[in-house]
Formats: sequence, C-alpha cells, structure tokens
Amino acid sequence: MRFDKLTISQARAGLKNKQFSSTELTKFYLSQIKKKDAAIGAFITITGEVALKEAKNVDELITNNQELPPLAGIPCAIKDVICTKGIRTTAASKILEDFIPPYDATVVAKLKENHVVILGKTNCDEFAMGASTENSAYFPTKNPNDIIRVPGGSSGGSAAAVATDMCIWALGSDTGGSIRQPASLCGVVGLKPTYGLVSRYGLISMASSLDQIGPITKTVEDAAAVLDIISGHDPFDATSTNIKKQEYRKALKVGVKGLKVGVAREYFSQGLDGGVRKVIEKAIGKLKSQGAKIIEVSLPHQEYALATYYLIMPAEVSANLARFDGIRFGQPRDHFGDEVKRRIILGTYALSSGYYDQYYLKAAKVRNLIKKDFERAFRQADVICGPVSPTVAWKLGEKVDDPLKMYLSDIYTVTANLVGIPAISAPVGFSDGLPVGLQIMAPHFREDLILQVGCNLENG
Amino acid sequence: MNKSKKPKIDIDYVTKLANLELTPKEIKKFSKQLPQILEYVGKLSEVDTKNVSPLAHAAGLKNVWRKDEVIPSLTPQEALANAKETHNDLFKVKAIFDAEP
Repeated sequence: MRFDKLTISQARAGLKNKQFSSTELTKFYLSQIKKKDAAIGAFITITGEVALKEAKNVDELITNNQELPPLAGIPCAIKDVICTKGIRTTAASKILEDFIPPYDATVVAKLKENHVVILGKTNCDEFAMGASTENSAYFPTKNPNDIIRVPGGSSGGSAAAVATDMCIWALGSDTGGSIRQPASLCGVVGLKPTYGLVSRYGLISMASSLDQIGPITKTVEDAAAVLDIISGHDPFDATSTNIKKQEYRKALKVGVKGLKVGVAREYFSQGLDGGVRKVIEKAIGKLKSQGAKIIEVSLPHQEYALATYYLIMPAEVSANLARFDGIRFGQPRDHFGDEVKRRIILGTYALSSGYYDQYYLKAAKVRNLIKKDFERAFRQADVICGPVSPTVAWKLGEKVDDPLKMYLSDIYTVTANLVGIPAISAPVGFSDGLPVGLQIMAPHFREDLILQVGCNLENG
Repeated sequence: MNKSKKPKIDIDYVTKLANLELTPKEIKKFSKQLPQILEYVGKLSEVDTKNVSPLAHAAGLKNVWRKDEVIPSLTPQEALANAKETHNDLFKVKAIFDAEP
C-alpha cells in the first residue's frame, strides 16, 4: 500500500475498509516530515503527539464500527496564522514566537469535531504578508519542484507540504492570492472561498474585508470535501454569511457542456509569461473540447486592481496589527519584519488626515467599479478563467529587495478578494518544468461552478 | 494630486501614528521604497469615481446583531496566559503618570 500520493477520498476509503489504520497513516506522514522537511522547510511546529493521540481515537471509532466523519483520521497541516488551542501559533513572526492561543479558530474546532489528525503548523510569510514565504521570520520554504525556487506565498508552507506528501491536505489563508498563488507555483489545488463562507474567527487578521481561510489539496474533489466541513455561518464572526449549506461534492459530477467560460482579454496582456500563457490557453482549449462555450469578456478596471489592493489592504493591516502591543501577548512592536512595517506605514499614511480621501476612500470607490466589472462579466459568462500567476516560480532572493516587483506577482489574484468572489487554482501543466495553475472564478457562493470546471479538467 | 512630483511621505510622523520605532537603517531603506509604492498606487487618481460609492463588505452585509446575552468566554487565567507581566489577575502596563510620593 502506497501511503504517499493518497488523496482524502482514497484515505477515507482505506480507513473505512480497514485496509490501514489512522495510526499507520499518521506515523507514515510524520516520518515523511522527518525525511523531507529539512530540505523544504514547510513546518514551523510539528505536533506528533497530538496527531498520534487523535489517530488512536479514530482507530477506536473504526474498531467499534462507529460513524466516521468525512475527514476523520486523515493527516493535515494548518497554516500558522490559524489559532490552535494549546499549540504554539506564530504567524511566522518573532512577535508571536511563544504565543500559545487559549482558543481554537472556528475552522480548527470544526476539524477537531471531525476527528482530523493535525500534523503541525506550516510556514508562511510573516502575518501572511508576501508572495514567496521569504518574509517568514524563521526560514524560507523551498519549492519542491526546484528547491532553489520559491514555493509562492503567503501559504508556501502548506502548499509545499501537500506537494511533497508531507500531509494529505492543508489549510491556508488568502487575502490577495495567498492560497491560489502558492498552489499554482507548487502544482497543487488551492481554493479561496467566497468572502463570508468560512469563519475568520481565530484567523490572525491581516485585512478584515479580504481574508478567507481555504483548502490546499491534491485534487479538486478533496477541496470540495474540506469545504463541506469548514464552511458555514459562525456567530463568532459577524462577517460570516448565513446561507443554506451546500453539498459541494454534488457539483463534481456535472459536465461542462454548454457552460459559458469567460476569458478576459486584460489577463493576457504584456505581463504574462509566454510559457505560462501557452499552458493556460491549452487548458481553456481542453474545456472547449469538453463542450464549454468560450466567451470573451472585458474587465476594464483590471489595470487598477493591484493599486486598489495595495491601498485597502495596508490600511486594514495598520488597524489590525495595532493589537500587537507586547503587553497582552507577544513581543514589542520592534520585532516586526520589514514587509510588515512597510505595510503598516503605508496603511497608516493612507488613512491619515489629509490623505484619507485621496488614497483609501478613492481605492474603496475603485473597488466598487471593479465589482461592477465582474457583475457585468458574470451576466455573460458562468465562470471566468485565466492565469493565477504571471510567471512560474522564481528563484529565492530574486525579488526580496524590490517590494513593488514582489507585489506585481499578485496581479491576477487580488480581484477575487476585492470583489469577494470564490476562486481556485487548479494545476493544468508545466512551463520550463515548473507548475502552472489555471484560475477559475465564479460569482458569490457559486463554488459549485468552480468545482465543476476544476473536476472536469482534472478527470477529462 | 500632483502627478509630476514623486510622492513624499513623512516617515517620522507616520511611524509615530503607527506606534513603530524604526532604526536609521530602516528609515533610509523605507524612504526609498515607500515613495515608489505610493507612486504606483497613485495611478488610481486616473479613475473617474464621480458618483461612485465606496465598497466595504463584499456581500453587502450590514448591522449584524446578536442578543445581549452573556455566554462563556475565556477565564481570567486563559486571558492572562500569554502576558509578560501580570498583577492580581490584571495585565501590568508601563505607568503613564508618575506616581506621586
């Protein structure tokens, strides 16, 4: 039995059919981490004891032929910006190097109810700020496809862990692309849910109107399985929406015949690497051959999306990171890394008297225009497909000294956060030997369409 | 906004507002990087936003209420567990006023 390369679906079947135990599975993945993580640097904290304890619980459930929740006994990893009670949570910052949360994030509580096995906390850019995981105050994570390259960010640790089979699936968070971009660069699936679908309670806040927690998995089917568990209204998160719970796995069986796939001309401009472009066009071509209708749409304000994001996000960051006073928890504020300080300063400036109208308020208005662009586009198309990242993974150190250059990697992903719509990165090929992800976006709460398209690409 | 001049940012003033202390090295580095970023985001001034209202919550959620009922929360011990200094179940902070003898 090959324990690596297992998907959630396969692991669940194996556990239910008593082909193997959760303890065997967990021991295997802990040994994978021991073997591989020195070279990759995906984990900040490894929780072997906790993991094996839960695995034992699950094995007892199986032995007693009790009902097994969908994700029970299946080893996963959690991005270190998500609070886990009693387990060190650092946000990859020196500020929180000895912070032990006294509570679980709602998503963690849901996973624990499901008897999920948590292997550890994964590395990321400090406070989720970055596109390469190089801003981690601890160490950079390497891209498993080529270890001199970045895994992307900010959920680089989670993406690398899934890509190297150090866990079966992981949780990440996405504010401007931080789930989708590392998924694209590492060759795995990463889904950012609709804003409000997944509770942010216990997620160390970066930008409150943009943040979402989401799954990073090996397959689209697995992403649906995780979404089923982590989504849902939470009274502890006043921004979470109260809509009827959907069964995302139903969407996986639907074909794409007649589905209108929008392709925005603005996504295929100069900045897009030629090799990446070819892979994306091939994937869209595949959808066409499966019966989808390809429609050209326009998103006229796309060129302003990044500027809008890099005003709204730092502004919200400056407010959210004010809580780190070194008194109630954490180290003093001089322990922040460079990128965090830059964004706090930018945000404070954009909100300050005399500049608020020109910067923050202006950006909030352009945000509305971007939303209207998408409303118009979604009247013509069911989903919108395009690249996730303008390039494949770049070399470590290549962009660290040029913040603006680093920001430009987010150019295709920030819009989904600004508008609040769901978006996925699905691996669709390679360019120069490095993974390329296709981005699929849908209207609010239409994760079913995304999963439908993603699954067709995966299985077709 | 004057587009021909590179935007200037009073780093000393802003860092005071943000309760951040920068080293001289950081001030030098940020003084170069921040105006570049501000120049980039400044291109929003090209967009006509007359009669456009600002967008806050993506799904338009407003005024989410709950009953004014007390429910279990953190115990004082849990809440204080990560503090550097505590005193009588309270967070200890630096004095703002000098104590009168």
